[in-house]
Amino acid sequence: MPRWLSTGCVTVCKRIAICGIVGLGLAAVMVSLHGCGSGSQSVSILNVSYDPTREFYKQYNQQFVEYWKAQTGQSIVVRTSHGGSGKQARSVIEGLEADVVTLALALDIDVLASQGGLLAADWQRRLPHNSCPYTSTIVFLTYREHPRGLQISDWPDLLQQGVEVVTPNPKTSGGARWNYLAAWGYALKRELGDWRKLKDPACAAEVAEAEKKAEQFVTELFARVRKLDTGAREATLSFIQGQGDVLLAWENEALWVVNSPEGRRFKMVVPSVSILAEPPVAVVDAVVDRRGTRCVAEAYLEYLYSAAGQTLAAVHHYRPVKPELVPSEHLRQFAAVELFTIEQVFGGWSEAHRKHFAKGGICDRILAAMGR
Amino acid sequence: MSGVLKRRSVLPGFGLTLGFTLSYLGLLVLLPLAGLVLAAARCQPQEMLATLLSHRTLAAFRLTLTTSAIAASASAVLGTIVAWVVVRYQFPGRRLLDALVDLPLALPTAVSGISLAWIYGPQGWIGRHLEAFGISVVRAPLGIIVAQVFIGLPFVVRTLQPAIEEIDPEVEEAAASLGAGRLQTFLRVLLPMLLPGLLAGMALAFARGLGEYGSVVFIAGNIPGQTEVVPVLLVSAIEESRADGSYDYQAAAVIAVAALAVSFVCLLAINLLQLWCRRR
Repeated sequence: MPRWLSTGCVTVCKRIAICGIVGLGLAAVMVSLHGCGSGSQSVSILNVSYDPTREFYKQYNQQFVEYWKAQTGQSIVVRTSHGGSGKQARSVIEGLEADVVTLALALDIDVLASQGGLLAADWQRRLPHNSCPYTSTIVFLTYREHPRGLQISDWPDLLQQGVEVVTPNPKTSGGARWNYLAAWGYALKRELGDWRKLKDPACAAEVAEAEKKAEQFVTELFARVRKLDTGAREATLSFIQGQGDVLLAWENEALWVVNSPEGRRFKMVVPSVSILAEPPVAVVDAVVDRRGTRCVAEAYLEYLYSAAGQTLAAVHHYRPVKPELVPSEHLRQFAAVELFTIEQVFGGWSEAHRKHFAKGGICDRILAAMGR
Repeated sequence: MSGVLKRRSVLPGFGLTLGFTLSYLGLLVLLPLAGLVLAAARCQPQEMLATLLSHRTLAAFRLTLTTSAIAASASAVLGTIVAWVVVRYQFPGRRLLDALVDLPLALPTAVSGISLAWIYGPQGWIGRHLEAFGISVVRAPLGIIVAQVFIGLPFVVRTLQPAIEEIDPEVEEAAASLGAGRLQTFLRVLLPMLLPGLLAGMALAFARGLGEYGSVVFIAGNIPGQTEVVPVLLVSAIEESRADGSYDYQAAAVIAVAALAVSFVCLLAINLLQLWCRRR
């Protein structure tokens, strides 16, 4: 190597090294200075969400980024990851750095607290309405004009001869768990007539009988399922592709389909009774404290409760928890339906999980019966 | 043994390359598999047996092995024809056809699964007509076979191509001139020469079919005990949780080790068969 080249090389190397050291120093200063929107440096947060929220959060992220820029002058990037709710929770436990989680059911965030130790056990009390900025329910999606003339208007119609029901697998999909519990709750209501009997010791025998009937109803319902997809969006896709006669779906997902250009063939049917599905949101303490993103993450979730956030949720067919903040034309799409909560009928998520969805639970029995 | 190690070669670097090979196999293949076996070993023996002998697990293994075997055989027949056409005949578009054969391997499996489910679905271009005859592809074992053939065919074609290229067309002419019929020429002359390559291709197609998840999950019904294949069973076993909400990795690990053992035995058997074919 000629001498001039080697000395040149050394100076270049030196320069690179100096630049590197200065850069590292700057980065360190920036990290230490980082506070709530104080700097102009770019910050990114990751929202780990469930399956059908793709369209909503895509638009919400844009709005929030603009809002944050206007409020603090800081540019941020919000990324979102979607998938079956349980699978997403597991990814976070296994190290996916989620600053916030917006999942399909409280149980999946409870697991982050209990197994992962990633946030405090009382996370659900931190934000209004049990940390659920929007709710939904379970409805049916079926053909406007069914080729075989099937009429479906309520739960019992699903058990007609020859009906094929489409639902994802309750063991893997949050949406499917709501489907399952909605059907169970309907059957209980039909037997008991009044939810208050569930808590009344005098009615224990009657309740036990009703539970048996409910299991029978859900078993027969699942006997009409020929395909178990792993997530809600996959099941919707299967249904749109022509598999099955009726899809059990989130109301937001069903409204999304019927409002899409290719959705004109379909109609949404709201049953007489259904479940109030509450998808909660939470800041993941362990991640935001490590990454120094707590301010942005908290503001990201709080903004969901603002007029802008609530309206956008309604536009994307989620029922806003503060409807008074939302223009009434966005509220007309939500049919009045008798909704029961998971607390009311199943005694909360951990109880419902233990009894139905855990290994060896009732859901295992029902799925095993499908294979016969 | 020492003689083998010390044998001189034109190119140096035996130590280096062997070292690389061993560390590659160790880090990327054996270590993860050892971890899997360890995870499964932590399971109680009774629980292990209960998981393995459950109706659901047995049904999944039966289904996967049957569909993979049928798919590998179908790939063998179809693949032989494709390889023969591509090697033996000259026609416009031959190179394009040749390139198309590999496409299923390059396609993300989810894409092939979704498109197959759509085409063969009850309202799809092909499925609609099959449904009229009462044949369901999607949500039935037939769909699993379709997905496995789709992904298995390239393996058979690619392993057979060099074997066919080696056969001189004069061999067929000689057989014909000695009075062999067409079928006889194929069965007695060509097939024995193709058999080792065909078996190797089948083994690869079979192994790929056993492990295929991405496309099968879209086209199969995934109903436990009915249309659930082993890879789908594995994924749902990982996602299922116990009463306290904790995940049940051990049951999944047990099924995975069993799947590993079954695949290993199957591949070993096919390799032995191939060896026997070559020796003959």
